[in-house]
Amino acid sequence: MNGDLTTRSGLHDVLPTLFGYIGVGLAFGIVGQTSHLSILEILLMSLLVYAGSAQFVITSMILAGSPIPAMILSTFLVNARMILMSTTIAQFFRKSSLRQNIAIGTLLTDETFALGMSKLNFTNGQLKPTWFNTANIVAYLVWALSTVIGGLLGNLITNPKAFGFDFALVAMFIGLLYLQIIGDRQKKIGLQLWIVLAVIIMMYGLLIVMSANMAILCATILGCLLGMVVTKK
Amino acid sequence: MTLSSYVLWTLIGCGLITWLSRILPFVLVKHFRLPDWLVNFLSFVPITIMTALFVENLLVPHPGHLPGIDWQNTLASLPAILTAVLTKSLLAIVIVGVAAMAVIRLMGWG
Repeated sequence: MNGDLTTRSGLHDVLPTLFGYIGVGLAFGIVGQTSHLSILEILLMSLLVYAGSAQFVITSMILAGSPIPAMILSTFLVNARMILMSTTIAQFFRKSSLRQNIAIGTLLTDETFALGMSKLNFTNGQLKPTWFNTANIVAYLVWALSTVIGGLLGNLITNPKAFGFDFALVAMFIGLLYLQIIGDRQKKIGLQLWIVLAVIIMMYGLLIVMSANMAILCATILGCLLGMVVTKK
Repeated sequence: MTLSSYVLWTLIGCGLITWLSRILPFVLVKHFRLPDWLVNFLSFVPITIMTALFVENLLVPHPGHLPGIDWQNTLASLPAILTAVLTKSLLAIVIVGVAAMAVIRLMGWG
C-alpha cells in the first residue's frame, strides 16, 4: 500500500481482500443452493443486499418461511454497524459531491471500510472517490460472481471448508486490524492494545446474552465509548 | 431460473434497509458538522469493529453459557498474526492463513 489514490492503486490495494470475498462468496452460493434458492435469487441477493452475514441470515429465514418484516428487521440489526462505518468514512468525503458520497456509501463493506482506514495512514488523512469507488466496485463484482459460482458448484462440492478458504475472511480481519494499529499515528499503540483487549473481553461476555451480530455492534460501541472516555482532554 | 415473489420482495425490502444504513450517514455528515466528541468516538471504530469481527470467529456461542473456543480458527490465527508482524502484507497474511487452515483440517487438528 502506498500514498497513491488512483484507479490503478485502488485495484492494487483491493486485491488481497478479494480472497475473503471469494472464500465467503463461494460458501454463500453453496449454502444458498442447498437452501433451495435459484441461481437468479442468489445473484439478486448479492446485488441488492450485498452484505455477507445478512445474506446468510436472510437465506435461513427464507428457508423457514419467515414473514418479510421480520427479515427486514433482522437485516437492519445485522447491518447496523454499517451506520458507524459510513459515518466514519463520510467525514473524509465532505467536499465530494452528494452523488459521489451516495456512490461510495452504496457499496461500502466491512472490508473496504477497513481498507480505507488503513489507506488514510499512507495518504496524510486523504481519500479520493476514484480510489474508493474502484475498490468498492471490484469487490462488489467479485462478490456477486463468487456467490453465483458457489451456487453452481453447490451440487459438486460437499465440503467447501476442506481448502481453508473460509479462513481468508478471518485472516483479513487480522491483517487489517494489525495494519490499523501500527499505522495510526494519532493513537499510542499501548492505548490501542488496551482497547483491543477490552473488546475481546466484552465479546466473550456479550456472547452469553445476545446473538453474535448484536455482540459485535455492542462491543464496538462500548469499545469506542471506552476509547473516548480515556482520551478525554 | 426461478424467482418467487416472496423472495423478490424480501430482497427488495432487505436491500433497501441495508442501502439506507449505508448512505444516510453520508448524506447527514455532508450537511452537518459532527461534534468533536463524536469524531473522537468514531476514531475508535476501525480497531474495535475489526477486533469484534475477529474475536467472533474465535468463539463458539452457547447462549446462556460461556462461549467455547473455535480451536481451528484460533490455531490458524497464530501463523497469520506472525505473518502480519513479519511482512505487514495483507496478501501474505491471507495466503498464510488459508494455507495454515488447510493444513490444520488435513491433519485433523483442533
